[in-house]
Amino acid sequence: MRGLPDRKTGWLSWLSTTDHKKIGLMYIYATFLFFMLGGVEALMMRLQLAQSQNTLINPQTYEALVTMHGTTMIFLFVVPVLAGFGNYFVPLMIGARDMAFPRLNALSFWLLLFGGILFYASVFFTPPNTGWTFYAPLSDSAFNPSNGVDAWIFLIHLTGLSSILGAINFVATIHNMRAKGMGWARMPLFIWGILIYSYLLILALPSIAAAVTMLLTDRHFGTGFFDVAQGGDPLLWQHLFWFFGHPEVYIMILPVFGMISEIIPVFSRKPVFGYKAIAASTAAIAFLGMLVWAHHMFTTPTPIVVLAFFMLSSFAIAVPTGIKIFNWIATMWRGALVLKVPMYFAVGFIAQFVIGGISGVMSAVFPVDWQLQDTYFIVAHIHYVLFGGSVFGIFAGLYYWFPKMSGRMMNETLGKVSFWLMFLGFNMTFLVQHSLGLQGMPRRIYTYQSGYGWDVENLISTIGAFILAAGILVTLFNAVRSVKVGKKAGNDPWNANTLEWFVPSPPPENNFDVIPRIRSAEPMKDIRREVAAAGRPAGSVAQPVAPGT
Amino acid sequence: MPRRRALILALAGAAALLLALAPVASASWIRPESGGSPNANDISTLYTIVLIMGAVIFVLVEGLLVYSVVKFRRKRGGPEPTMVHGNTPLEVGWTIGAAVIVAVIAAITFIYLPKIKNPPNSSANGLQQLAGEDFASLNQPNPPNGKALRINVVGQQYIWRYDYIGAPRLTENRPVYAYYQMVVPTNTTVILQINSSDVAHSWWIPKLGGKADAIPGHNNYTWFKISKPGIYKGQCAELCGNNHADMLAEVRAVPPDQFKAWLTGQRQAILQSQQALAAQRKAGEGQ
Repeated sequence: MRGLPDRKTGWLSWLSTTDHKKIGLMYIYATFLFFMLGGVEALMMRLQLAQSQNTLINPQTYEALVTMHGTTMIFLFVVPVLAGFGNYFVPLMIGARDMAFPRLNALSFWLLLFGGILFYASVFFTPPNTGWTFYAPLSDSAFNPSNGVDAWIFLIHLTGLSSILGAINFVATIHNMRAKGMGWARMPLFIWGILIYSYLLILALPSIAAAVTMLLTDRHFGTGFFDVAQGGDPLLWQHLFWFFGHPEVYIMILPVFGMISEIIPVFSRKPVFGYKAIAASTAAIAFLGMLVWAHHMFTTPTPIVVLAFFMLSSFAIAVPTGIKIFNWIATMWRGALVLKVPMYFAVGFIAQFVIGGISGVMSAVFPVDWQLQDTYFIVAHIHYVLFGGSVFGIFAGLYYWFPKMSGRMMNETLGKVSFWLMFLGFNMTFLVQHSLGLQGMPRRIYTYQSGYGWDVENLISTIGAFILAAGILVTLFNAVRSVKVGKKAGNDPWNANTLEWFVPSPPPENNFDVIPRIRSAEPMKDIRREVAAAGRPAGSVAQPVAPGT
Repeated sequence: MPRRRALILALAGAAALLLALAPVASASWIRPESGGSPNANDISTLYTIVLIMGAVIFVLVEGLLVYSVVKFRRKRGGPEPTMVHGNTPLEVGWTIGAAVIVAVIAAITFIYLPKIKNPPNSSANGLQQLAGEDFASLNQPNPPNGKALRINVVGQQYIWRYDYIGAPRLTENRPVYAYYQMVVPTNTTVILQINSSDVAHSWWIPKLGGKADAIPGHNNYTWFKISKPGIYKGQCAELCGNNHADMLAEVRAVPPDQFKAWLTGQRQAILQSQQALAAQRKAGEGQ
């Protein structure tokens, strides 16, 4: 009918696909699977810590859980799930028919999947037990001769290659394939987020790729990069790791900032406040984010002047981050807020990210960090940023874009139940952990003595974790159920601003029969206005018929 | 004007919270541990100042957020919102505001830093006969008069070892040592040189100040000065292997006279056990 071959179906079509939408969906399925695994690991840790001197899980298993959980959530969930959303929506939002290099795109996904499988295969041998930071010399063969550390090294190589190829693909796509009229100042803010995420990946990943390669040769080929006895230096590992590791934090949050910047205006019925400031602050955060790595090393033997530099650069990041938060609130200010589930998660994101931001500034004060470093205060901080922030934002994005990806609406009531369970569970789990850290509880300990007064808070935290898990399960149930029985979504259920809502839900394989010309940062508003002016019923322009069909 | 009203509301809320926070901020569960050593106390004070500034920002931002969610819901048949795209003076204003806040925090940090970093002299009622023995390092902290009890702290899986290098020795070049519990004199400045013989560890007794990582191949330094005799507990803060959680440590502070007695006793006990060991070995060789 459209002059195109029929859509391919069946499992072979998934294995062989180069369609950015199918690849995007595979990213999302796979990463949510890993998210479940990482979540189960977290719950096991919380069970062990529910009471003092618990013997449920032995030390070896506990440290393996610590390591698997951190690695999974960072390398196999947050970073790649954003690549998944990026894959699905970048071409649709910029008016392109696919990514610049579709086959490279497929390779990126398969590298990620096999990286994850390879890493999890170590569960059947000896999983690594060094924490996701793999500090040398603990990760060296002298202290960890087993193959778990090697599995992790290969995970980093494979997922790193996956991310770099994906990032190059995003950069090429966004630079070259935008619809006519979509200048830099008309690009959706989510696209800004993905673009800068991609540049950061390209800049930061080589550092960890080098570090793990050096670790591999130290372990198996007799080099001594991190071995003091051979003239190496364990601090070199920390520098190389965090030179990647801190930009990684911004890699995990900038696209989410982009999602929030798309969702807040749509559900406030107002244009985003200060578009240019939000785009510019994204770039500023990325630039400064490359200069703060040693704030993870405030307790190492390092001269005060260096610590002061990294404190000041970390403070500097608070400024563009604050700008974004104020811009989002200003977008809501005097708007007409439509409180649907995506907006619930977006507001929850802001509320919780603010706490992570404030605790971030507190731990950037390096003399204060001497007390906070490596305690549960830091565990709480990273979870306020990465869970209260990134994951809540990802859930906002999931509820927002689910209708486009599946053609069906998710259930609002289930969504709100899920939100409140997650909000309550999350804050119950992590708010008290600040206090545990202040009372001297270090992170990554498999148990603690009963006399320290940490029992009650740990129990609260464990109960909260299970409430949080229940909330996540409600959303998963909602998604699975809505694919079948959800209300039909139509092209544009949210009255949104960006181009992905121009095409049918789910979009056809070629995305656009006709690519509209872009006249502003909110092309859908222009299209709706045109339709109204032409006196035609809404929707007739949104499903144009390509010439020659 | 609703905007002004909201602002006043938020400021009033912040002020109310500050008043409420004053007693709360002194509670032990909301601040780092302190009370053992002046540097720990100064860190705790610095932390509290930053916490209160953070609390004001928290109340302001969350207040604006909640107010917006409650106040600006879409009403059926209500007017469409005004299409505001930005407001440059406002945006420049909050950018400068945020920058000023972090600049103030930085300034306060630099005011407190010397007190936290630099050890004071020992008090008159502290240990007097302190050897002038230094660590072989240029960047160690030193009290103004250069006199302190110097202890070398070595991390190893999963115990801490203390070499009393600034005290009378076992032999020419072997200092008296102890494991797990470090005994120190009160009112005396103790400077710790921290290193590791295997993997990375982190020395931490919360009431006596911040952490100092023990990194193989490097020396790290910290200090404390305890006025109240007692036992101060802590544990390794850097994941050092499966039994990281069992790497506990404690510092026992005793009056200088008792410390001297302990040191003499410890010295004798080590020498005796070495002699016993040597005798055993000899007996073993004779068989």
